[in-house]
Amino acid sequence: MLNRVLLLCLALVWTVSVSVTAQDVAEGGIDTLSLPLPAPAQNVVAANHVYDDGEVIDVNWDKSPDDPENILGYIVYRAETDGAFDSIRTLLPGETFFSDDNVEDEIPYKYQIGVIGENGVSLSGESELAVATWELFNFGMWNTFLWMFVFCGSVIGFIISAKSGRKLYIRKIGGLEALEEAVGRATEMGRPILFIPGILDMDDVQTLAAITILGKVARVVADYDSKIRMPVSRSLVLTAARETIKESYTSAGRPDGYNEDMVQYVTDEQFGYVAAVNGIMVREKPATCLYLGAFFAESLILAETGNSIGAIQIAGTARPGQLPFFVAACDYTLIGEELFAASAYLSEDPKQLGSLKGQDVGKVIAMFGLLVGTAAMTLSVAWQVPATQWILDLMNNLFTTN
Amino acid sequence: MKKQIPILITATVGTVLVLSVFFPPAKMLGEDFSLFFDIIAVFAFFLGGGNLVRVHFIKVYRRKSDWVYSVVTLVGFTMMLASGLFKLGGPPGISGSVTADGSYLNTMFIHIIAPLSSTMYALLAFFVASASYRAFRAKNREATILLIAAFVILLGRTPLGMMATGWVWESLSIFQIPNLAVWVMNVPNLAGQRSILIGVGLGVVAMSLRLILGMDRTYLGGDND
Amino acid sequence: MTNIGVIISMVFIFGGLLAIMIYSLRGKDIDRRIIFLFVFISVATSVIFNVEFKEYPTVIVKKVFDKIESLPPGSKVLISFDFDPAMKPEVFPMANAFVRHCLVKGHKIYLMTIWATGQALMNETVETVIKEEFPDAVYGEDYVTLGFKAGGVGVLNVIITDFRKMYPTDEHGTSLDSIPLFAEVKSAKDLDLVLPIGGGQPGPKEWILFIGDPGDVPIAPGLAAVVAPLIYPYYPKQAIGLLGGVKGAAEYESLLRQVYPQFQDVPAPALRMMGPQTMAHIVIMAFIVIGNITYFRSRRRGAE
Repeated sequence: MLNRVLLLCLALVWTVSVSVTAQDVAEGGIDTLSLPLPAPAQNVVAANHVYDDGEVIDVNWDKSPDDPENILGYIVYRAETDGAFDSIRTLLPGETFFSDDNVEDEIPYKYQIGVIGENGVSLSGESELAVATWELFNFGMWNTFLWMFVFCGSVIGFIISAKSGRKLYIRKIGGLEALEEAVGRATEMGRPILFIPGILDMDDVQTLAAITILGKVARVVADYDSKIRMPVSRSLVLTAARETIKESYTSAGRPDGYNEDMVQYVTDEQFGYVAAVNGIMVREKPATCLYLGAFFAESLILAETGNSIGAIQIAGTARPGQLPFFVAACDYTLIGEELFAASAYLSEDPKQLGSLKGQDVGKVIAMFGLLVGTAAMTLSVAWQVPATQWILDLMNNLFTTN
Repeated sequence: MKKQIPILITATVGTVLVLSVFFPPAKMLGEDFSLFFDIIAVFAFFLGGGNLVRVHFIKVYRRKSDWVYSVVTLVGFTMMLASGLFKLGGPPGISGSVTADGSYLNTMFIHIIAPLSSTMYALLAFFVASASYRAFRAKNREATILLIAAFVILLGRTPLGMMATGWVWESLSIFQIPNLAVWVMNVPNLAGQRSILIGVGLGVVAMSLRLILGMDRTYLGGDND
Repeated sequence: MTNIGVIISMVFIFGGLLAIMIYSLRGKDIDRRIIFLFVFISVATSVIFNVEFKEYPTVIVKKVFDKIESLPPGSKVLISFDFDPAMKPEVFPMANAFVRHCLVKGHKIYLMTIWATGQALMNETVETVIKEEFPDAVYGEDYVTLGFKAGGVGVLNVIITDFRKMYPTDEHGTSLDSIPLFAEVKSAKDLDLVLPIGGGQPGPKEWILFIGDPGDVPIAPGLAAVVAPLIYPYYPKQAIGLLGGVKGAAEYESLLRQVYPQFQDVPAPALRMMGPQTMAHIVIMAFIVIGNITYFRSRRRGAE
């Protein structure tokens, strides 16, 4: 009797394992339970990611019919030509795309997608082999390349035009016109000029713009035999500013007037720097405060302190969030692009002024794009004018990158 | 020569960084150039730290005005530097974390730097009040619109906005002050911001072009001749 | 007692404002120190007597909350602490609320910072929120701290292609290859959501430009109020939603309390801070009115 029961149990175990194994083979599942697995994903396609440096393969598939109700997600498996499949990524339900950026170029890979269900994973068929290759040019950004050429071309064109002696009209920028007057005032009052070049490093173009303006300001300061004080929050700005001021004093014929301590490093820490600058303002009461560069929350603290000591204040930044603070507390504010235009404007060098004129071409293009795009979108959405669709497509092609 | 080499470096790095966007094989070079700057910037700290110590030491040595503040600066600098470099107070050894619980650097950071920085930041509340008092005056039509927008935002950023206009019907909910505040931020403010950003973008490109072409070299300490 | 304190303070504040308003009829500007005094009293009173208001979540905040809610458990969420102690009172509550929400939903969280000053604050969240409120959360399996790397935007430029190039190890020196949370994560593109918190540079804007856009990763930033307007241009496409300042954090905390009652008793600093902020806004508005009265009176006198 016992033998019969034992035999029956063994037979049962064998039957279960054979049926589960059969299911594994038939559906490609991994789980060994006999409950139904989710339907597998289909049409797995792997292809080289175009316009990159040969590091990515894109995998696409059709969703499992059980997505999203009966599945927990997808698993992406990858294998080399004759290798075994490894799981490389788990994805959420609803996903039908994966970019594999962990591949070696020129090695073929194949992919399989697993659908995770409550009871196990069902596997799709294998994709064709795909190889990641690099391309020389990113055609996905052809329009950016085109605009770069148009814009840079117009800038260079205007520079050439200016070099040939053509007179270019540049509108007056109040803040820059007032620079000399501000330095003169400080000289009359016998007080220093405080120059704050923002709180970012030399890799920020706003700081570079500030340093170029510093060169002009320092030249006027040297001419007037006034004093300049420049606390900085970055070491590289310290060296650049020193060189600039020294050169300005030398070109003004007053190399002896230059003193290294005109520029002083304080700290990289934002509010430590603000505390130090505020201290300098309150103690030394500069007659003129110039805030040019990248500013953050400190903009209003500095400008209000400057305002309270009665200094004439000129500010300039390309950070729109800080502009309202400067406008509220300073006498003049260079808004956005005016900061970058300052060096060219102050140099009065026709070549540089030409570059400003070239900028206008970019603005015209931007305005044209905005107007046409907005009109076409409005006509398309509000009145369903069919003819506008090609305009929208054209605008998308011209101004959207992939 | 002193100017030509930096101009050459600027032109090369600038051009490579621009091209790396369009030519994928140059991408890696672009990433490397970004890292070079970081490495140089880290070493430049010695310049800044050295300058700080020198300036304040001279001030103390010569008993210049306010030299006592310089003593505070030097003591603070030395304490932070020593506790960070030698990992004082925290887990022993050079492999211990500088920010581990109990390390002097971490303690000073949390109990001194954090409250001091927060205090400086909090000053903004006072300065915003005094600047608003001066700036928001209905001097003309534009200033009046600005004034109204300021009120909408100030009320909309507090629960008072909803308390005051929560009764407005659902179909007119745009006129609830918090929704009006979001509208002000999303529509007129956004339009202004975007136009400034477009101008800034163009300005950056033009200036970068001047730098790459070597036309603007004031940042190297000199005229553009 | 508290109520009496609040009443006395309110009488003092509003009585004082009324007196100043009457004074302003003379057309004379008031000293800015008086403004400072009123701002201080209004904020201090609200802090001392714990004046609180009910919060009504706005759509822009709710979108962030709903995104975290809709992600299935086990999703990979990166939280970046890109701020310093100065910004801490404003944005730290967001970081803690995000961490709580992610862990209660069973998401895997990756903590990092591109600000040197953010590391200690990140560890504070680990000690005070994760270890205390979620003692079952296992390091390396439920959360991981990558710590700080210098390089700002450079760091983002690298992790968009490979985390291991910039972070060969986690904050504690453990190789990323031996951390389960990184088994399936090569680059930032493999994340399901990124929550950059900060307000400076590099900060949330850079996360959008260097990670969100090129990597097609959803970004939901938490921002200091002063920079929130800068990020609005990116909403809703490049930033799926955003939390702006204390108000945004307070809305998020109130949502968290509504949906997960177990958080009723955990600290909600942003909700507490809304009292002082509301009072300060009232005082500022009062002074704007006073400024205008002064202006019109002085203009009339000038005309006379």
